[in-house]
Amino acid sequence: MINLNINQKSYEVDADPDMPLLWAIRDLVGLTGTKYGCGVAQCGACVVHLNGEAVRSCVTKVSRAEGKKVVTIEGLSKNNDHPLQLAWNEVNVPQCGYCHSGQLMSAAVLLRENPNPTDEDIDNAMSGNICRCGTYPRIRKAIHLAAELHKKEGRTI
Amino acid sequence: MKRSIIIMAVILSMIGIMAFSLSTVNNHPNVTGETTQKIKKDSIASVKAFEQVYKVLMSPRCMNCHPSGDIPLQGDDSHLHEMYPKRGHDGKGVFAMKCANCHQPNNTPGLHAPPGNPDWHLPPADMKMVFQSKTAHELAKQLVNPKQNGNKSMKQLLEHADDGLVLSGWNSGEGRSQPPMSHAAFKKAWETWINTGAYAPKSK
Repeated sequence: MINLNINQKSYEVDADPDMPLLWAIRDLVGLTGTKYGCGVAQCGACVVHLNGEAVRSCVTKVSRAEGKKVVTIEGLSKNNDHPLQLAWNEVNVPQCGYCHSGQLMSAAVLLRENPNPTDEDIDNAMSGNICRCGTYPRIRKAIHLAAELHKKEGRTI
Repeated sequence: MKRSIIIMAVILSMIGIMAFSLSTVNNHPNVTGETTQKIKKDSIASVKAFEQVYKVLMSPRCMNCHPSGDIPLQGDDSHLHEMYPKRGHDGKGVFAMKCANCHQPNNTPGLHAPPGNPDWHLPPADMKMVFQSKTAHELAKQLVNPKQNGNKSMKQLLEHADDGLVLSGWNSGEGRSQPPMSHAAFKKAWETWINTGAYAPKSK
């Protein structure tokens, strides 16, 4: 059995230590907001936070997450009111939406480390998250808006 | 009394000259700081050994993480790493694009899946230790200069042959070529190069 802390809740899962963390999150814990995209760390759809870092859960073994804090898109905020979620909604960022839980989790690490990012910072942080619908301009716009919400309204990031 | 002082002064001078002579024999001329290994200078053997060392260091398994720019290289053709991850100040990436987000402590199974190491990183921004495009002469000079080699003494440079990231070049995961010789052969050439004086091949 492997003990996991996901979104501040403890779970005990019956998993092989080599099982991808993504499988444990989706299939064993039942949190399906995190998506499977490529399975080889190439697309970013499966990004979750592991002790605050934006890891790709499709190649992260579940054993690496033991004793650490995992946050998935379901745990990004309590009421879906993280500045990024509000900005995503305001700008109407998603088209099909499949990649956006990964996009949001990566953007959250960017804003935590750099609350006022330039376009270049955004490109450097988000270049590993692929969007087949090509929503990149709206992603960039929404990240700037989230930074504004944080600055003007004091919304926690 | 005067004669005794003169004799003492001569003896002290001789000790000083001997100490200076020994230090120039035992220490590499290009390196400051502690060096303890025995150097038996042989420029021909040293340059010949470096030819082998250079072949390994310029292979994709070594050079890909010693790029001339701030984006690592990838694959046997040393193209820019997909997704263009940036070096960052500590060599471990930036924001949501840190090396360890994809590169696990061990190789990920599967063809061309991310290779792994617990210490995966590029050289830091303040000492990039570039291999890409360096001639053998330039690289040899760079390797023995603590201001360009990560502040390593010659002893530490010798030990670096067994560094975990260096060793991972021979355990690079599915779909990647190996360096052009075994690690044992590389280490032998590396030690020979350093222990015969770490001479740089002539610039061309």
